[in-house]
Amino acid sequence: MPKRTDIQSIMIIGAGPIVIGQACEFDYSGTQACKALRDEGYRIILVNSNPATIMTDPDLADATYIEPITADAVEKIIAKEKPDALLPTMGGQTALNCALELDRLGVLKKHNVEMIGARADVIDKAEDREKFRAAMDTIGLENPRAAIASSPPILDEAGNITGYDRAAGYAEAMRQIDTIGLPAIIRPAFTLGGTGGGVAYNREEYEQIVRSGIDASPNGQVLVDESLLGWKEYEMEVVRDRADNCIIICSIENIDPMGVHTGDSITVAPALTLTDKEYQIMRNASIAVLREIGVETGGSNVQFAVNPADGRLVVIEMNPRVSRSSALASKATGFPIAKIAAKLAVGYTLDELENDITGGATPASFEPTIDYVVTKIPRFAFEKFPGSEPTLTTAMKSVGEVMAIGRTFKESLQKALRGLETGLTGLDPIEIEGLGHGEDYTAIRKALAVPTPDRLLNVAQAMRLGTSAKEINEICKIDPWFLEQMQEIVEMEEKVIEHGLPDNAQAMRMVKAMGFSDSRLAVLAKTTPDKVAALRAKLDVKPVYKRIDTCAAEFTSPTAYMYSTYETPTPGLPSCEANPSEKQKVVILGGGPNRIGQGIEFDYCCCHAAFALKDAGYEAIMINCNPETVSTDYDTSDRLYFESLTPEDVLEILHLENSKGTLKGVIVQFGGQTPLKLAQTLVEEGIPILGTSPDMIDLAEDRDRFQRLLHRIDLKQPENGIAYSVEQGRLIANELGMPLVVRPSYVLGGRAMQIIRDEEALNNYLLGTLPELVPHDVRAKYPNDKTGQINTLLGTNPLLFDRYLDGAIEVDVDALCDGEDVFICGIMEHIEEAGIHSGDSACSLPAYTLDEETLAKLEEQGRKLALELNVVGLMNVQFAIKEGEIYVLEVNPRASRTVPFVAKTIGEPIAKIAARVMAGEKLATFNLQPKKLDHVAVKEAVFPFARFPGVDTVLGPEMRSTGEVMGLDTDFSFAFAKSQLGGGTIIPQSGTVFISLKDADKPKILEAAKKLVASGFSIISTDGTQRYLENQGIPCAKVNKVLEGRPNIVDAIKNGGVQLVFNTTEGAQALSDSRPLRQAALMNKVPYYTTIAGAVAAAQGIEAFRAKTLEVRSLQSYFC
Amino acid sequence: MKAQDAWSAPKPTALLVLADGTVIEGRGVGALGKASGEVCFNTAMTGYEEILTDPSYAGQIITFTFPHVGNVGTNEDDIETVDMDGTAGVRGAILRTDITTPSNYRSGNHFDEWLKARKIVGLSGIDTRALTALIREKGMQNAVIAHDPNGGFDVEALKAEAAALPALEGMDLAKEITTPKTYNWNETTWAWENGFGKQDKPTYHVVALDFGVKRNILRLLADAGCRVTVVPANTSAEEILGHKPDGVFLSNGPGDPAATGEYAVPTIRALVASGLPVFGICLGHQMLALALGGTTKKMHQGHHGANHPVHDYTTNKVEITSMNHGFAVSAGTLPDNVEETHVSLFDGTNCGLRVKDAPVFSVQHHPEASPGPQDSHYLFARFIEMIENHKASAAA
Repeated sequence: MPKRTDIQSIMIIGAGPIVIGQACEFDYSGTQACKALRDEGYRIILVNSNPATIMTDPDLADATYIEPITADAVEKIIAKEKPDALLPTMGGQTALNCALELDRLGVLKKHNVEMIGARADVIDKAEDREKFRAAMDTIGLENPRAAIASSPPILDEAGNITGYDRAAGYAEAMRQIDTIGLPAIIRPAFTLGGTGGGVAYNREEYEQIVRSGIDASPNGQVLVDESLLGWKEYEMEVVRDRADNCIIICSIENIDPMGVHTGDSITVAPALTLTDKEYQIMRNASIAVLREIGVETGGSNVQFAVNPADGRLVVIEMNPRVSRSSALASKATGFPIAKIAAKLAVGYTLDELENDITGGATPASFEPTIDYVVTKIPRFAFEKFPGSEPTLTTAMKSVGEVMAIGRTFKESLQKALRGLETGLTGLDPIEIEGLGHGEDYTAIRKALAVPTPDRLLNVAQAMRLGTSAKEINEICKIDPWFLEQMQEIVEMEEKVIEHGLPDNAQAMRMVKAMGFSDSRLAVLAKTTPDKVAALRAKLDVKPVYKRIDTCAAEFTSPTAYMYSTYETPTPGLPSCEANPSEKQKVVILGGGPNRIGQGIEFDYCCCHAAFALKDAGYEAIMINCNPETVSTDYDTSDRLYFESLTPEDVLEILHLENSKGTLKGVIVQFGGQTPLKLAQTLVEEGIPILGTSPDMIDLAEDRDRFQRLLHRIDLKQPENGIAYSVEQGRLIANELGMPLVVRPSYVLGGRAMQIIRDEEALNNYLLGTLPELVPHDVRAKYPNDKTGQINTLLGTNPLLFDRYLDGAIEVDVDALCDGEDVFICGIMEHIEEAGIHSGDSACSLPAYTLDEETLAKLEEQGRKLALELNVVGLMNVQFAIKEGEIYVLEVNPRASRTVPFVAKTIGEPIAKIAARVMAGEKLATFNLQPKKLDHVAVKEAVFPFARFPGVDTVLGPEMRSTGEVMGLDTDFSFAFAKSQLGGGTIIPQSGTVFISLKDADKPKILEAAKKLVASGFSIISTDGTQRYLENQGIPCAKVNKVLEGRPNIVDAIKNGGVQLVFNTTEGAQALSDSRPLRQAALMNKVPYYTTIAGAVAAAQGIEAFRAKTLEVRSLQSYFC
Repeated sequence: MKAQDAWSAPKPTALLVLADGTVIEGRGVGALGKASGEVCFNTAMTGYEEILTDPSYAGQIITFTFPHVGNVGTNEDDIETVDMDGTAGVRGAILRTDITTPSNYRSGNHFDEWLKARKIVGLSGIDTRALTALIREKGMQNAVIAHDPNGGFDVEALKAEAAALPALEGMDLAKEITTPKTYNWNETTWAWENGFGKQDKPTYHVVALDFGVKRNILRLLADAGCRVTVVPANTSAEEILGHKPDGVFLSNGPGDPAATGEYAVPTIRALVASGLPVFGICLGHQMLALALGGTTKKMHQGHHGANHPVHDYTTNKVEITSMNHGFAVSAGTLPDNVEETHVSLFDGTNCGLRVKDAPVFSVQHHPEASPGPQDSHYLFARFIEMIENHKASAAA
């Protein structure tokens, strides 16, 4: 069946901001869908509020709407663009939910828009727990013993649903527990990554989780499941076309048994512990599920649990859309699920489509087979959320993931561990908590029984301590097969510890083939990684590169999608398939796994570098290990190495690529901190670095050198000092005086950056926060010597102290420079004052309060810095403005987080231009003109606080946001309001505002408060603020602080009596006193602002929306 | 112990010597001694036990492209050879990694022990992907595989032996593995929790001509309501018809269809002429084609895996199939009354045929799966439908 010609235009909805559970994978799927359908000649209308995505590049769709993904906004876009069809399966749960809502509201029917890929009833059948269970019963598949507790809808007179009776839903859940039994698993319906769910072991926990689950579910529904804790968990990625051809792309096995969310589990592909009979049962079941649910075209995944004792199989759930796992499966097999799914949605059948990777030698209607093992390990950020328990449950908490490919499980596991960039070089030793205090076996049991991010390390450590694989399996239920493999790694480690490094090629190769990194071997053999590498070179033990070809070498693959491995050479059997070309090449180093502070923005930059360099005639070579990204799509670059970004892995590739053709250079400035850390190693190896020299990048990070440079060009910075030891730290703090900003150097995302206001806080920082930052190897080197550990850390990452500029305005400036000319791309004014991490604060482009003179000065200073640092490529400067003085806070002569935001706001592909400038072109060639924008873009951050109960939501210098949205409009207030909507914050139009401010902020709220009252809002406040406002003539009722007795502000929030919260605070005591109210706001989804600037902007947004309704405009229309 | 001793490189304990003189050193697994055969590769990721007991692999050495083999051990239920006391069909197994301790609730035996018991010589620790690529480039070569724990090999002698091995073309291997005597089969397919069942109330009677039949074919026939009489490969048409079957099944098997066809083709012609429904799989398909007047040819690298897409012209659907064949029917040589029904989407080779004016059809792939996808199970229903129609028209 060829493609449909009865539709001409298709709307694709993206996933919105990056949040836990929805990350770059939907940029990957959305980008593929846009490209694939545009290639077919359809007009593409794209909606996504996330400016950091590749998919929102104006080149990728005919009309790109960077607008909030709400039914209201999308309806307006539909009304304007009149698409024939809507493809809702590419943008995760966000797109599915939005599409369902549009269908429910009759919008699609009204505008005659057909849902393709998945119909509304299909989505509903898959997502509604009750309907799904019934469907599984029909096809004879078992579900876990389960019950559903639904909150009855509350209807208005017209019969519209106005809400849900959650109390009734809760009561229903409490009645169900007797039939299900404990432990029980609670999953809220229609939520992302299982938010609000969990495992309850006792009645009290059950009550608590059921309540949060019903709250989290948009329709107040939870599914209570029989606990299958300890069962094996599997996932099948299935693709179906309209002729009912079904294929399995990949099977995935979770190493972590049931009880840990798949997104938080370490997983392998393909499944490794199934016989063919069991595999076929699962294959048949997954296909039956797709047929029964009615997914006519596209990709879906089906999750299963299997009892390891007797093979009993139950279906857990299915997603009728592409997902994080389908991105993983695509990367793991080379079969681009989203691209194929998009084409199937417009009518093609699988046999009509080519398998790209074999160059069309085979059709897409086959099942990929692989001859390697893929391991995925999630990356967590618990350290950013003090107070949260680092325990893994059925609610997802990881912020990113790494994937590694090896010929064997051992190799892929160890590659993945080092690719995580958490300081691991393999299965590094770990301190088992509580060891040596009482009974060791109990401590070991505890470390193994509770799933945490470190569980695999604990398993290896337990093995080192003599715990048998059998005992470990009994405690944590990880399949014995994986445990035996780990045991072999541990045994080999012991051999190296005892005998040193292998002295012959064969043995060295055998060790390397188990996945050991040079760094790990160096630790084990008490030598350095360089020496291990030198020994390998002497023995001629090098990795070979194999292709990911979907067919286990049955057909030749022209696609250079590769991974490294160690193989035994045999004369006559060519092992390495890299075949480097004779071309001029540029290697781009990616950003590795997503983490807070380094995410999709950097992937955007890396992809743009690849696109631009391809355009300029170079061979673009990408190295990265993040399976979610567009950069690891084999289509993005000419050659892709799916490899960890460690010096060893990168150098091996560079040496190989350098052996043929011309390696023009490496781009290290686009992938965030990850590739920058490699720059020095590359320089030492004589590898050319494109763009700004690593020495200048280092200068910008080096306090002393940078200070001298600022003096030379006569720029100011806040008074500061640098400390290489704890003692020095105290001296400097004394000298500078409080308040202070402190941070360790060479970190991204403001890790451990804090504002210190008193002696006690300083002490807590030096002796409480710093020890957490000590890497594993340093800890192992100086056991039981905390000060020694800290001082070792500070020796390489000294502490930077800055005088804190209270109440200053912070500004980000992005610039392009070719060493001679500078182009200031954008001056972004932060909404929140200096001291809030730039990644966490909202900002406006153009600036919204700064005067022309200040802007001119900022531009001038930016120019000076770029030229002085001899920047070739991109540069980002952070300034603070206080009392008319401009201070330089920091300079990053590399791509920054704001690049995609700026590019989209000013309509210039600045990352692409930068890449070409780095490759030698002059800025003048691109004819960039400073232009006056007649629109305003506001970037707002989104936070994962709801996933970390108990963590304070107050913003600070340490970055904690996972993603961002952009609000674009013709004036600031509207752009700000849109940014709030895009981030999921629904600014109220009426109701009660709670205001409680620190003294310094009180005068700043007056104007906004007056306007709110004039708009009909009531104001309530606690004591101090209430008196102040009343004195200023603003009517304001008093409400109790939490400590002042009941009812208090928390009760008011919980009872629905508060629609908006403005709360700024200062000082440890006040902060901790007001914490419950912020928690209550968060949990009850009441919009809250914890900075005065944010509060004022929100009030402006409210006013704007009251004056005029939201209007939508395509990105392209701003630049015609 | 000094480092040199700790890391001293062990001598290779197994060799694979190809006819072109390539010598591949590895670690020996499975049985000791040596064996010879044609080296092919199989790309399936599950089902090594079924593969290694599939009689169609007689005379071959299998390279497993998936690196981990043996993970789930072996068990009695997954065996495909009917007569496990006879000689193993497959000659050797080539693996990428060492065999691990099995982990599966059904596992009864360690894979290495099982290989030894089955007298299959194995080699592990080599770059199986590079070997696969070599087979892809140069075709399936003959080879000798040898396993000696002391590493004592006369490489030159092995090279000479490999070079002198006769080609698979012209070899009738079916005669070595077919059942020596007629037997009845009523076991049905495996189901979780219940294991295998019995067909107690058969509706039809089918005679299966055994050229190396897989158990799961017989089970699927039993599932479909058949009592199955399995007869030796050289059974005459007269004898077969003497069993008064409702239909005849031509089984899979190893070797060159032209060679086995010397005695089987006349039989098959007579069976087709009898007007009885005939269903053939793999070697049975190839010999049916020969009987109908077509020809077969040796393939370059063959088809061995569980992911092969086949287009069924009769339904216009794609089925993912299990395949294992080194010869193929030349579709262009089929006479006018024979229609090509299935084709491989990988290389366009013939995968099925049907006689337009008789209840006769066959497929190249393995609808019985085991291992592999079960998309083609419907073909057994198609056979039963033919039997039904034939019975109905005979009655009328």
